[in-house]
Amino acid sequence: MTPRTLFDKVWDAHVVHRFPEGPALLYVDLHLVHEVTSPQAFEGLRQAGRRVRRPERTVATVDHNVPTGDRTLPLDDPIAATQLEALALNAQAFGVELFDLASPQQGIVHVIGPELGLTQPGMVVVCGDSHTSTHGAFGAFALGIGTSEVEHVLATQCLVLSKPLTMEARFTGQRSAGVTAKDLILALIGRIGTAGAAGHVLEYTGDAIAALSMEERMTVCNMSIEAGARAGMIAPDETTFAYLEGRARAPSNRDWGRTVVAWRRLPSDPGAAYDRRVELDAAAVAPQVTWGTNPGMVTDITGYVPNPADFATPAERQAVERALAYMALTPGTPLEGLPIERVFVGSCTNARIEDLRAAALVARGRQVAAGVRAMVVPGSQQVKAQGEREGLDRIFLEAGFEWRNAGCSMCLGMNADVLRRGERCASTSNRNFEGRQGAGGRTHLMSPAMAAAAAVAGRLVDVREWS
Amino acid sequence: MTLTPFVRYSGKCAALPRADVDTDQIIPKQFLKRVERTGFGPALFHDWRSNPAFELNQPEAKDATILITGANFGCGSSREHAVWALAEYGFRAILAPSFADIFTANCCQNGVAPVRLSGDGIDELLRRCRAGNGAYRVTIDLEAQRVTDDAGFSAAFAMEPYRREMLLRGLDEIGRTLLEEPRIAAFEKTRS
Repeated sequence: MTPRTLFDKVWDAHVVHRFPEGPALLYVDLHLVHEVTSPQAFEGLRQAGRRVRRPERTVATVDHNVPTGDRTLPLDDPIAATQLEALALNAQAFGVELFDLASPQQGIVHVIGPELGLTQPGMVVVCGDSHTSTHGAFGAFALGIGTSEVEHVLATQCLVLSKPLTMEARFTGQRSAGVTAKDLILALIGRIGTAGAAGHVLEYTGDAIAALSMEERMTVCNMSIEAGARAGMIAPDETTFAYLEGRARAPSNRDWGRTVVAWRRLPSDPGAAYDRRVELDAAAVAPQVTWGTNPGMVTDITGYVPNPADFATPAERQAVERALAYMALTPGTPLEGLPIERVFVGSCTNARIEDLRAAALVARGRQVAAGVRAMVVPGSQQVKAQGEREGLDRIFLEAGFEWRNAGCSMCLGMNADVLRRGERCASTSNRNFEGRQGAGGRTHLMSPAMAAAAAVAGRLVDVREWS
Repeated sequence: MTLTPFVRYSGKCAALPRADVDTDQIIPKQFLKRVERTGFGPALFHDWRSNPAFELNQPEAKDATILITGANFGCGSSREHAVWALAEYGFRAILAPSFADIFTANCCQNGVAPVRLSGDGIDELLRRCRAGNGAYRVTIDLEAQRVTDDAGFSAAFAMEPYRREMLLRGLDEIGRTLLEEPRIAAFEKTRS
């Protein structure tokens, strides 16, 4: 039999039907739903008199627009409140489980899926959110979809999709101290560009990937979309199984052994062919910081703001000029030392317990610099509770960070957590697009430890120089 | 939902010569709180529109229904609101060297044609659009898969057959998939 990739195996196991025009009808194991991209989909079902075909495979939560401060109802923002109410009504009417603001399991959809053990190897996972790629860390094929497709999956439990191509991103060697999963993925995006993996499913392989914890793998897969990929995947292994064993929605003890046997067959076969390959030496990766207005505009913390004149094409030069004007940066300026006013530790990229521990390690016994406002927003209420059991909240609060409730928060600024015009932010989130964190705000993406260090220093610093 | 079929369409062009236009620019987050599919048109490119020099603020871009733009258009967030905003504003087609994957799917669900031409083809169209001073029009023939103007421009394009079919027929994808219900049910039996 022809050797198959991890992606091939998951794909093949989910094809319900092949349409004559080419695409497949692909079965969806897990459909995650949130308040912002679902109301129009439920309304569509209602108008057509359709039901949710598999409510038990559908799980909803609220994350994008929820306040991270006071979460007692009614919310200050009446339009956000309408959206939350719509989801509550839809969940009830269509029989979908909902983790709402009152639930101790509420959180960012891509944090709670894995945390609850809902996300499992070999699954097809969809959600009306581009960072659904996160779940690929478990060896699932997980992809973001639009609202019309959300409605389609609700009605049919299937997605119509042409089979994407595959791309192997191999990270060889061992990363050095102070270099995180965030730096690995930012370095890759810097190399291949924001459309570098368009039309492809990325599979991350190599020693530096195998060495990552599950939470670190989620950080890597999370940003696959930032390279334009349809999804990102990592082969399940002992690390994956150990993470899942005993989680609330993971297979029960009775089924565990049999299930793991099946999961062990998922990794790519030796000799499996990828449509494209790229290789990075993890040992050569330094802590990364973005300087521009997309995640591909990134370099080492020891680097400099680039000169538009050094870029090859007029289009690139124009894009860099526009980015530098927006970011208020001058070519040749060292990134290290750049003053910041805001710090955001949060998002589906970097708000899990290990991320908060890494930031707390830097913050412990230190103080946020004068004039800097720094926020820590746990990815879920469970992460928050865990952080409090470990005393991380005290470390952050004593250092002058805010310790908030779970949500997407200032990753996209749909709630009250936004940058003011002209504010510069060290952020652990995933997008540095113009206005992403607030109109006129300037975002520099980096790892949690780097962001915490920036909060203390009041400027971008190289965390490797901090003990 | 029934859509207007997209077969052969002629319209006035507007130029947005920028690469990597992300969906956060097309429709910023503060407008995503609506629970309807409508009401997004006025907020299209909201932050950029406050700049008088922005391409779509120019008189020659007024009432355009075809947008000519740079590579990787629609990257970033999966928000279909971006396509709803473009469609409500009046755009029926986007011409670019490439599109983000999710954005492409969202366009086809809403009867907006994402037409992919070569970088050279787009550069030529941008030149002609600028020279046309607000009078430049092209015809997109989805059946023949060709973009033409009345001054000799002609370029072929490719589109996934399934998506092309959806646009040509203004298809309700859910209705179509539900015809396969027996297959879905049979598939589920094999997995339980």
